[in-house]
Amino acid sequence: MTETVDRTRPARSRSRLAALLGRQPLGIVFSAPYAVFLVVVFAYPLGLAVWMSFHDYFFAAPGVEVERPFVGLENYQAVLGDPDVRESFLNVVEFLLINVPLTVVLALVLAAALNGAIRGRTFLRIAYFAPYVTASVALVAVWLFLFSQGGMVNQALGPLAPDPSWLVNSTLAMPVIAVFVTWKQLGLFVLFYLAALQNVPKELYESAASDGAGRIKAFWHVTVPGVRPATTLVLILATITGANLFTEPYLLTNGGGPNGASSSPVLVMYQKGIEQGNPDTASAIGVILVIGVLLIALVTRKVVERD
Amino acid sequence: MNRFLRYLVLFGGALLFVFPFYYMLISSLQEEPDTTLKGAFPTGGFTLDNYTAIDERVDLLQSLVNSGIFTGGVLLGTVVFGVLAGYALARLHYRGRGTLFAVMLLVQTIPFQLLIIPIYVMIVRTYGLADSYLGMIVPFAINSTAVFLFRQFFLQLPEELFAAARLDGASELRILWSVALPLVRPAVLTAILLTFIGPWNEFLWPFLVTKDADMQPLAVSLANYISNVAGRAANPYGAILAGAVVLSVPAVALFVAFQKHFTDSDLGSGVKG
Repeated sequence: MTETVDRTRPARSRSRLAALLGRQPLGIVFSAPYAVFLVVVFAYPLGLAVWMSFHDYFFAAPGVEVERPFVGLENYQAVLGDPDVRESFLNVVEFLLINVPLTVVLALVLAAALNGAIRGRTFLRIAYFAPYVTASVALVAVWLFLFSQGGMVNQALGPLAPDPSWLVNSTLAMPVIAVFVTWKQLGLFVLFYLAALQNVPKELYESAASDGAGRIKAFWHVTVPGVRPATTLVLILATITGANLFTEPYLLTNGGGPNGASSSPVLVMYQKGIEQGNPDTASAIGVILVIGVLLIALVTRKVVERD
Repeated sequence: MNRFLRYLVLFGGALLFVFPFYYMLISSLQEEPDTTLKGAFPTGGFTLDNYTAIDERVDLLQSLVNSGIFTGGVLLGTVVFGVLAGYALARLHYRGRGTLFAVMLLVQTIPFQLLIIPIYVMIVRTYGLADSYLGMIVPFAINSTAVFLFRQFFLQLPEELFAAARLDGASELRILWSVALPLVRPAVLTAILLTFIGPWNEFLWPFLVTKDADMQPLAVSLANYISNVAGRAANPYGAILAGAVVLSVPAVALFVAFQKHFTDSDLGSGVKG
């Protein structure tokens, strides 16, 4: 009996503690470092970016008190009125228009071909995944070599080689970047589509066949709707990649060239914010991009959940 | 799909994926760049001079050490704190769990690159962490995708397992270490590989943080070589490609070694949410 008496008190205070912290408060300790990390690396910088974008912010020596007056929407007006910034946003749209359809079609075809028993699976997996695991900087080096003026691609094309050459041609520079990124990321999406294909019920194919649907019709009416969650993922991740684009225009087309034809918002942010010392307008670009990406992600999810 | 067509698509496509790697390696071993189609299949003129040339301009060993410390720091942070957070999110009931999970998902849709200006202001200007390993590591210290995968893996384990261990009086840390982790080991390798390629291949952030050549990871020093000095070298592409090979080998080798763990079912569990 004494044992139960001893237990009731801590049990009661424990239940009060449980109401406040949850049944296993240790979880708070376990997730605290990650929560702090998210605050320091995401929440605070996001707030700082918004704050900077509404103020006249400039770099000053650490510890020096300087005035940074509120300027309202001035930075946003400056950014939206800047033809370089507008061009970089249009370039992302061009990037998405090429990258998304190409990725969806190629990844779905490859996943459908890989589905089921196949010889050389290990080799194929390594081949398609190699660009994904390799640094952009290293891959850009080979593409620079392949697509340079006297490079192998032009040698192979002979008289059909574009003039000016790929990476210095204002019409072709952005498409080359979009194809490069498609090639680099495709392996991941093949994997996503493979996982999605496992979730398409076999009975649907059987009933489609008994309804007299051919292979192509079954692919269109069963496979394509069945893998739609993976397609949403392609759209969202491609948008994020497009918004993040930096290394490729910086190195492959020598700083978004020719004449900004392949510049990206992050490249413009780097040039304006760090090279030219205007972190306030650069932050405004970042805030606009964050809003844009979140809107696209939201709309994509809505459209998919609708049916 | 027709059997022949299926193999043609798969292996034809694979050739397009492998060729640039082959071309990178073979051209890095050539004395003179030969961009003709025949030049892709050389029979002679092999040399290691390009590797010596890049090493003279970019201290390869120091750059590899820097890449290694940067990547190692991120791996350590992700494995220690990420596993703890993933376990808590999957298996423990506490106040704030729902919020943390929602924020974790939100973070995946906000591209890190877009916060580069305020993070640069914080780390380089306010805390003076330019040209330091800490400054490089902090923004990547815990990989959110890996935390999400850890959570999914722990979530798939049966609840009875945890109930039984708790009944035996095992602490949560002990359950995590001796019961849960061993069961999800192959999946954890997938998450580690995914985490590895982040910092090893990252360019923009270490490029902004390191101005001192002795602190630069290989991706940064090679990129600087490509954009600054390449035009003046005797065989610029040979040297660049030699550097590219050195940068690619660790990630590709690790992937080849672990690829059998890297299956669609592991990642699929993450996709299905």
